[in-house]
Amino acid sequence: MSIRFTVNGTEREFAGDGDMPLLWYLRDHARLTGTKFGCGGGFCGACTVLVEGKPQRSCLLPVAALAGRSITTIEGLGANGLHVVQQAWLDEDVAQCGYCQAGQILAAVALLERTPDPTPTDIESITNLCRCGTYVRIRKAIARAARAKRT
Amino acid sequence: MNARVQDVSRRTFLQVSLTAGGALLIAPVISRVASAQNAQPPANPFNLMIRIEPDNRIVIGAPSPDIGQGVRTSLPMIIADELDADWSRVAVEQLPLGIDFSGAEPRWMYGSQGAGGSTSIPDAWAELRQVGAQGRSLMRRAAAARWGIAADEVATRDSHALHPDGRRLPYGELLAEAAALVLPVEPVPLKTAADYRIIGRPQPVVDAADIVTGRARYGIDVYEPDARTAVMLRCPYFDGDIASLDDTAARAVPGVRAVVVIPGPKPGDPITMNLATGIAVVADDTWSALKGCAALKVEWTRGPFASESSAALDRQCEQLLAGTGQVVHDTGDFTAARANAARVVQARYRIPFVSHATLEPQNAFVHVMADRARVIGPLQQPAGASRAVNLATGIPRAAIRVEMTRSGGGFGRKLTNDFVAEAALISKATGWPIKLMWTRDEDLQHDFYRPFGQHELVAALDGAGAVTGWTHRLASASKYYRRAGVAAADMWGPELYPDDFPAKLVPNYRLEWLAVTSGIPRGSWRAPAHTANAFVVQSFVDEVAAASGQDPLAFRLRMLGADRVFDYEQHGGPKFSTGRLRTVLERVAAEIGWGRRLPRGQGIGLACHFTFGGYAAHAIEVAVSPQGALSIGRVVTAIDCGQPVNPLGISAQMQGGTIDGLSTALKLEITIAEGRVVQSNFDGYPLAMLAEMPKDIEVFIVESSESPSGCGEMGIPTAAPALANAIYAATGVRIRSLPMRDQLADALARV
Repeated sequence: MSIRFTVNGTEREFAGDGDMPLLWYLRDHARLTGTKFGCGGGFCGACTVLVEGKPQRSCLLPVAALAGRSITTIEGLGANGLHVVQQAWLDEDVAQCGYCQAGQILAAVALLERTPDPTPTDIESITNLCRCGTYVRIRKAIARAARAKRT
Repeated sequence: MNARVQDVSRRTFLQVSLTAGGALLIAPVISRVASAQNAQPPANPFNLMIRIEPDNRIVIGAPSPDIGQGVRTSLPMIIADELDADWSRVAVEQLPLGIDFSGAEPRWMYGSQGAGGSTSIPDAWAELRQVGAQGRSLMRRAAAARWGIAADEVATRDSHALHPDGRRLPYGELLAEAAALVLPVEPVPLKTAADYRIIGRPQPVVDAADIVTGRARYGIDVYEPDARTAVMLRCPYFDGDIASLDDTAARAVPGVRAVVVIPGPKPGDPITMNLATGIAVVADDTWSALKGCAALKVEWTRGPFASESSAALDRQCEQLLAGTGQVVHDTGDFTAARANAARVVQARYRIPFVSHATLEPQNAFVHVMADRARVIGPLQQPAGASRAVNLATGIPRAAIRVEMTRSGGGFGRKLTNDFVAEAALISKATGWPIKLMWTRDEDLQHDFYRPFGQHELVAALDGAGAVTGWTHRLASASKYYRRAGVAAADMWGPELYPDDFPAKLVPNYRLEWLAVTSGIPRGSWRAPAHTANAFVVQSFVDEVAAASGQDPLAFRLRMLGADRVFDYEQHGGPKFSTGRLRTVLERVAAEIGWGRRLPRGQGIGLACHFTFGGYAAHAIEVAVSPQGALSIGRVVTAIDCGQPVNPLGISAQMQGGTIDGLSTALKLEITIAEGRVVQSNFDGYPLAMLAEMPKDIEVFIVESSESPSGCGEMGIPTAAPALANAIYAATGVRIRSLPMRDQLADALARV
């Protein structure tokens, strides 16, 4: 039995093992490699994607649970030019190794969708790990993106 | 640091040529005589340092791998500045490993290419400037010939040659003439610092646009045609082995193609390839391999360290420190200084094992063919990857091509290429191109951990509060464990750096080391022993100041004394300047407002340290609630890393290093039970989240024209002691054991 869902606006059909986490479907099968593997336990958030606009750890999300759902990955976010959050990431020169940043950006996009004017405490609700320690610039980039969205 | 490759000479020889597309290529020479004798084509099909296109775009080769330390940006900046390139039109390409094996001695083609010990910038500084300057000299000579004037009349700027009369020619229009010129044999003159237009100016990460759109390529993103994915289950017990294995269920998982046993090193033997015995499940995709691994039925023998535990290691340290060890440095007469002291201060500290926990788990692509091999991976030490594949397969190193992707962190983990060796062994066994993926569990359980140890410090003071004697006794599990060719008498070498502060500043100074026996693998963890020793020394300096009623800043300045330059024989030398250390310390103290009166429960802590050629200091302000809840306020850092190459990159390294230092000091520890690592994911090894870290970290970069050091490690060592000193200033509680965890709340509850 195959499972149908949408990734970055494109209809997808998957006939393999429905237990496969979305992460590995995206990477190994759809070859959308911007979504990263960090821990496989939902702790680090490197695999964050948006499902119906909500941030989800794709390493814990079986493909079978996604029938009819719409998924956005980092590749989809930038499809029509840079998203305001991506631009803020460039303006603050956030990245060091860059490995966690796709997940961080998607978490920030979702935060700004539900909280357009986030307080520092709102920003602290993001639990994605950054091993390089770019948190200071992530805070600044989210604040910058929030300002940019308002104008 | 020992991370550097010793078997290749340094000088880069360049040649100039025109590509079929009309671009000018300035690239390393491969010995013609030897390559004519070689049946094979050169190992590196695209070899460039600089390519200038007819449309004036410039491509610069990045020699060292980027592990988050920013060298794909900073190293090309050095070439571009001396070339007088327009940085906005420069693209950067990662160079593969370039070692020319055709001569009598292996020779680096692009300069040394490791990333470790903050060496990339200092190693490459002179050489890359010369590469850029040679390119610029070609452009000037080509323009001079075109214009019929002398070359030294031609100026350059932003990828253009400038005539004294105001005419301008893009470099891209001079390529044919330039290609006909011979590169100078002698070094050409370099710019003076006043003429830098790219060096010293903030430049964003060159891959930033690729990173924020998900296009940047890491090791995990290598999908080569026909490659199969391998996931391994390794023996969790130090030097344990397979007692029994039933792989029937694993082989029955759809998509699983092979199960391969990969033997580890024999107990006690040097670790030169893979780290532990394991079972590789090879499959069509990652999920099938993971499921196959989960279906393995395996029993392990517990090996010779089955009774090892963290508590037992602590007891071992205590027993060792009750006796005497190897005196590895002894200036003056500490015993007499202690006997004659007006005051003696003594304290014991504990530093835990920690893991690198790169966010990108270890992985590598290796394809072993009949007579050659190809490696693509997130590497810190590509020359070591070539050695590992050679050891695993017998294929000559000249026939092993090594390419580096971006790396999702490094921190010293990838200085060892055990994961490359594993991929090579699996590829060799199956004949398939193999992409080996480590899980997080395997990554946390099979690392080369930062050594654990207990430190005992004793200071002797005279009646005027001057330090007359100092002893640092360390019982630790040496980083050199199972490193080939290290004698027992030299195992202390990576644990104590004899020229570190306060060496030479205290007349009677003794260092003593005691060997802890442990089966856990150890290695280089970002700024290796500096993270342990700076915490201990900079905390103890504060303790001595407090015990003798002296201000912690004034006391440090008193110990540093008049500005002097001493020989420094360990990595980071050859000189250590007390004045440069004083400057960064005074800077953070001034910026944070040292000396102002603070409310009860608040405090400021200081620390300063010399790390691998760079001078750094932290000042941290904290507030502690009566219940012991810690809140970190202002965090101020200063760094003197010589001539700053990329201030934006330096600032990022200092911020990131601070967070690494704080995160590690607050919560992180690898513990051992029954001869294996306890932690297996980020629930047990909780890297700090954004909410737990300072809202801002202020970075001050000292203007300097000294030759640059790196900056990847300077931000870590002083962060933790500054925090501990701030906690003491706020509460009177001295934290001597890392990680801090709940020690503060527990201590305040006892008050």
